[in-house]
Amino acid sequence: MAAAPKPKVAVYKFSSCDGCQLSILNLEDELLDLAGAVDIAYFLEATRTEKPGPYDVGIVEGSVSTPHEAERIKQIRENVRILVSLGTCATAGGIQALRNFVKASDLAEQVYAHPEFLHYLDTSTPLSEHVAVDLEVWGCPVSKKTVVEVLTALVQGRRPNFPPSPVCLECKRNGTVCVAVAQGIPCMGPVVHGGCGAICPANGRGCYGCFGPSGAANITSLVNINQSLERFAGESALLIRNFSGYAPAFRKAADEAARLARKEEAK
Amino acid sequence: MTDQQPSIGSTVALAKPELDGLLADLRRGGFRTVGPRARDEGIVYAEIESLADLPRGIQTAQKPASYRMTQTGQNRCFDFIPGSQSWKQFLFPPRTELFTARKESGKWKLDENIEEQPRYAFIGVRACELAAIEIQDRVFMRPDFTDPVYRARRAGLFILAVNCTHPNDTCFCTSMGTGPAHKAGYDLCLTELDEVFLVQVGSELGRSLLAKRTFDLPSAFVQKNAADALESAARSITRTLDTDGLPELLMDSLESGRWAEIGKRCLSCANCTLVCPTCFCWDATDLPDLTGKTARRERVWDSCFNLQYSYMAGGNTRPTIRSRYRQWLTHKLSTWKDQFGVPGCVGCGRCITWCPASIDLTEEIPALRAEVKK
Amino acid sequence: MTTLIDTASHHAGHTDQLITPDWAEIVRITPEADGVTTFWFKFTSPEVQARYRFAPGQFNMLYLPGCGEAAISMSSDPDAPDRLVGHTTRLVGNVTKGIGKLQVGDTVGMRGPFGTCWPMAELEGKDLVIACGGIGLPPLRPAIYHILRSREKYGKVTLLYGARTPKDLLYQNEYETWKQADIDVQVTVDRGDEAWDGRVGVVPMWFYHFRVDPQKTAILTCGPEIMIRFVIYEALARRIPAGRIYVSMERNMKCGQGACGHCQMGPYFVCKDGPVFPFSALEKFFNVEEF
Repeated sequence: MAAAPKPKVAVYKFSSCDGCQLSILNLEDELLDLAGAVDIAYFLEATRTEKPGPYDVGIVEGSVSTPHEAERIKQIRENVRILVSLGTCATAGGIQALRNFVKASDLAEQVYAHPEFLHYLDTSTPLSEHVAVDLEVWGCPVSKKTVVEVLTALVQGRRPNFPPSPVCLECKRNGTVCVAVAQGIPCMGPVVHGGCGAICPANGRGCYGCFGPSGAANITSLVNINQSLERFAGESALLIRNFSGYAPAFRKAADEAARLARKEEAK
Repeated sequence: MTDQQPSIGSTVALAKPELDGLLADLRRGGFRTVGPRARDEGIVYAEIESLADLPRGIQTAQKPASYRMTQTGQNRCFDFIPGSQSWKQFLFPPRTELFTARKESGKWKLDENIEEQPRYAFIGVRACELAAIEIQDRVFMRPDFTDPVYRARRAGLFILAVNCTHPNDTCFCTSMGTGPAHKAGYDLCLTELDEVFLVQVGSELGRSLLAKRTFDLPSAFVQKNAADALESAARSITRTLDTDGLPELLMDSLESGRWAEIGKRCLSCANCTLVCPTCFCWDATDLPDLTGKTARRERVWDSCFNLQYSYMAGGNTRPTIRSRYRQWLTHKLSTWKDQFGVPGCVGCGRCITWCPASIDLTEEIPALRAEVKK
Repeated sequence: MTTLIDTASHHAGHTDQLITPDWAEIVRITPEADGVTTFWFKFTSPEVQARYRFAPGQFNMLYLPGCGEAAISMSSDPDAPDRLVGHTTRLVGNVTKGIGKLQVGDTVGMRGPFGTCWPMAELEGKDLVIACGGIGLPPLRPAIYHILRSREKYGKVTLLYGARTPKDLLYQNEYETWKQADIDVQVTVDRGDEAWDGRVGVVPMWFYHFRVDPQKTAILTCGPEIMIRFVIYEALARRIPAGRIYVSMERNMKCGQGACGHCQMGPYFVCKDGPVFPFSALEKFFNVEEF
């Protein structure tokens, strides 16, 4: 193959904790290869150099949660050929999307002395609610393996290989004892997209779904199961309404779980 | 104590601490001794060095979607029923590096993984588990194709079997004709009593290892105790699966509405296939590096419950959970027999215990049977 | 279980090795239609190149390191003097798209040949209807080449081939040669264009217009599943026995050795017991949804 010019990559931060950008910087062993394979043209967390756009690839971490971000994502979209939403904030709104289920101004008043200085949107939303996204990458934060696969695929010009299989598959490949069956801990593993390496169950806790819904998720059935395992009332609903809670499949299931919980209470 | 030499087919009584010497001899002989250990509220199979590593005093209670361990304080090491792990992880590892492709001056080269396969001694193989290994032998060592990883590991394998004396609620080996007592296929087979192990010799290697130990001829009393324990174990298994005409029943039930009913509960999480000691599906994936100049190719466990499993350019063959569950159950109990001459189920009950949704094939089969009868 | 059709099992690879490919070099690239290309390969190892033989209907696993493998049927002449292995493929998946970016001189991994073949010896003396659509012609082209080499051994041979548009018709410059060898080449398209004066309609529909002698006719079919279905209905309606209707099935082939499980269809591993089946072997569950 003839040597293709190195793709120009820009990395942006929106409303987020920086964890996904750090996952890129944490590549260590691969950083030199990365520098050789792509032209990092814009990545404020890593370098002060800013090369002007347009860029071949724009990687965005974080959700859209301010009026400024809602504008900025449109400009970025126009400036990049391939737009990648990196991590659960960019892909599903992130943990900050919890405010989507309540009145954001109420929260602001409780937390801040002068909420009038805040500029925020009522909701924290994924990039895809604002612009067309070419590739959505789940994880809170994204795993190193995922980042390498995304970048490698982009360099090689193919679609990344993210099998839509559940966390359970990784759990069992690792030989981890199922926390739901052996300890009765509510776990999202059966309906959550793998890729994390199933680290939570390996450490004795249930999966809380940070990689979003898996391809074949039967969430309704899992909600029923988790309700029977609840250690406190409403635990299963909270579990769905978590890091990926704003993902449509989880949103729907959480509403359903909340409805069932209310019905239970009424009894 | 006796001067007599054990012979193949004979039974001796072995004081429990003698097992340590046997394990040490195996390890000196180059075997990696793996056996049950209590870990993370379950029994796992891992490296063990001595009797002290075994889950002494632990009993288990299993039912659909539940596995619990209790400590009885008794001096017994094999009173539990195995957990989600099975021995297949050692003969057919969940991840195997196959080779690395390397691009040199524009051409691809291949570095095969020439790592020597480990030699295992399995300590505490149940009768259903041994039956499962024999089923996987048929899968991985066919006349027309042999899996080199499996073959090498299987050829070097030492099996210390254990007869089951405390079956759990999800066990149905008696229906599948595989347990709870061993028949053959082991090197040594233990029946555990409070004070001693009764050891049956199944192979020359087993005999020679046992010959180095201090053992007694078993008293009639000990032999009767063991026989009673096995008999009562078999009697205690109440779960049944009627295998009469089962392959045909399933093929006649392909259009049953029952599949859709199961599909509503089934999570398609793949757990049943991964804990199953006979399920053999695998996938191969590439782990390329960023330069695009090397790619490691790895073989990993896969499952017919995964969406990508039946993916084709023209569309997914089994896009619904209903059809994926049907594929699993019909394969396990029907078409497996067409492929390998025996059904793919040994009655270990893992798929029942470890299904988070409590789906129970011993409930589903009678339901299908009732439907066909109508 | 018995294999349905005896396969010429001249494995280039190593039957006891796990998906270890040989390397093959691209020696020629022929664009066939929009998004469809034929790649011509030669194994880099002279021993493998000398040993490798395939039968019409079989497939190889093509491996592009970093991308993975794809099952692709051979589309070339199995008895060609240059022994080049031709693969005609639509550039749609990760692997085929990746191969599409390669140039002459580049190498890919190759394992095979795998699977059953069109039973050319058994079909001698029969009238043949080769019914295919779209990318279903390439796996049948080796059978056509085989017929051309021993034309006298077969009775009436008809090729019914359909494509979406005239531009999608593959191997157009060969139809004349085939016709001259007394193969009745009947081509149809779903949608014509200004220049098209041929048939418009789907393959099974044109099949309907043919007279066949059910006593001595065999069907060879490959293409979209819906087309295959209707071809089978038509064939059965003319009392052609199910055992003489040969179908090439598509499933997710991964290992090629009936080992990894992905391509299962009932009792069959399509990669090993197929891809070519007599319909009599499929009848039982051909109409079961999502089987």
